[in-house]
Amino acid sequence: MIEGKVWKYADDVNTDVIFAGKYTYKPMTAAEMAEHALEDLDPTFAKGVKPGDIIVAGANFGCGSSREQAATCVKASGVAAVIAVSFSRIFFRNAINEGLPVVELASGTSMIAKDDTVKIDFDKGVVTHKGKEYRFPPLPKEVLAILNDGGLIPHVKKALAATKP
Amino acid sequence: MGQTFAQKVLAKKAGLPRVEVGQIVDVEPDVCMSHDNTAAIAKTFAKIGVERVKNPERFVVVLDHTVPASTEEYAKGHKEIREFVAKQGIKAFYDVGVGVCHQVLPEMGYALPGRLIVGSDSHTTAYGALGAFSAGVGRSEMAALYATSRIWLKTPASLKIDVRGKLKEPVTSKDLVLKIIGDIGADGALYKSVEYAGEAIEAMSVASRLVLSNMAIEMGAKNGYCAPDKKTFAFLEPRAQAEYTPIYPDPDAEYEKVLTYDAAKLGPHVAKSHTVDNVSPVEEVEGTKIDQALLGTCTNGRLEDLHLAARYLEGRKLAKGVRMIVLPASREILLDAMREGLVEIFVRAGAMVLNPGCGPCLGAHQGVLAAGEVCISTANRNFQGRMGSNEAATYLASPATVAASAVTGVITDPRKAVRGGGA
Repeated sequence: MIEGKVWKYADDVNTDVIFAGKYTYKPMTAAEMAEHALEDLDPTFAKGVKPGDIIVAGANFGCGSSREQAATCVKASGVAAVIAVSFSRIFFRNAINEGLPVVELASGTSMIAKDDTVKIDFDKGVVTHKGKEYRFPPLPKEVLAILNDGGLIPHVKKALAATKP
Repeated sequence: MGQTFAQKVLAKKAGLPRVEVGQIVDVEPDVCMSHDNTAAIAKTFAKIGVERVKNPERFVVVLDHTVPASTEEYAKGHKEIREFVAKQGIKAFYDVGVGVCHQVLPEMGYALPGRLIVGSDSHTTAYGALGAFSAGVGRSEMAALYATSRIWLKTPASLKIDVRGKLKEPVTSKDLVLKIIGDIGADGALYKSVEYAGEAIEAMSVASRLVLSNMAIEMGAKNGYCAPDKKTFAFLEPRAQAEYTPIYPDPDAEYEKVLTYDAAKLGPHVAKSHTVDNVSPVEEVEGTKIDQALLGTCTNGRLEDLHLAARYLEGRKLAKGVRMIVLPASREILLDAMREGLVEIFVRAGAMVLNPGCGPCLGAHQGVLAAGEVCISTANRNFQGRMGSNEAATYLASPATVAASAVTGVITDPRKAVRGGGA
């Protein structure tokens, strides 16, 4: 269960505005990436975001490039989860693989505004906003296992260690 | 009920008689592609703590995104990649200058019918043009593939796009795919497997089909399949790295939706800034002043694209104040273009012909835009800030529209432009 303050964005937020192409082949730490998070979408985000905040967006969040830094920079900025009507499939995978929880609220997110507070109950699959509950389907068990291990790399390490004689 | 292409290929790879939409399968891809991001992937791989890449023969590495290196940092990345592939025994390594990955994999015969391919680049959907199931993945996933050779994939629902009739010259597959993306939106095929079919697709060259499959990601798709046929087999005949078995959807396969288009009625289309689905017929943007024209990239940098553009540029000059960049998709294409006199046509017209690579398409180097500038481009993306300043604008169009516009200095309907018979 997490509760956080909302940063609200529209449909089709692409990975270029989340993490610009000019940075993609520069070696950066996750903390450095976070300084550029959402730079071309909302210049106030990187400075204003607080640990535990939640991004809420419309459809097709993270469309465009496969760059994983789009998920890394959001996670490193302290964002606890991203709620969207839908996600681009590569961003969805990258987020899980970086240990960033993603919630697909297909029924819509238009009722949620910037600076609102939302609560997410991952076990029950419920988002609570202004006393109203909105259901979302829980992640498949294969995907949840990766998220629960903190991302794909720790998940693979654990799996490989388990198969060692 | 029959099965779609996606169901059949994923069932085969999972060793199952059939898979249903939504079913998650754990599979071993036949080919895994990465590019300049291999430097970062190698570092992530090191964190897993496995010494050796499992099955190095399944990995292809192509340096294309910032080539030749424009900064010391990029040069360092390239050096690390050269050392990594040598150490790990990855023999399918294509260093700077060979071409853009999405041309190199088909050209070098890795993208084959029936294969399962993943790549740490979103336009990996391109290889569907040859009948592969081909999807983009992230960097951590590629690092995990180095360690395990395995990945989970969810069996997607399928969208069939049936294109009847034939395209009318100078309308190309780029105009068709822009029209489709404009109609269904950037998430119109989200999580889905797209199957292109119909008379117009059958009539297309492999190069034209690669445009459709490359841009399937711009409608959100997981892959973009074209049924392999005689043209595919002829293209692959001197190239294929291995034997292959084409996979075709069953005639009674179940599609979530079937869209129908009439190619003969289609005119040139343009995607306006700043999204690929912001599409209109060229007539609606005619006269928009441009500063730069970009011909080429992994989307439209093939020989037929260069030939088409040359028809508008032969014996002419770029409009005053317009810069033009020509970016062939591979060395093989550049050599063909030189042999066929196309390079001379471009250079005499005032264009700059660059080495094969991605450069300006993602705003890495070699022709980025200043605030207030407008570029018309044959590339696949026009997101805000992608080609440089976030106050610049990029319009996406076919090679014919780009070349016609470079001559006039404003966005021009190629059907109305003066053109020759072609070099």
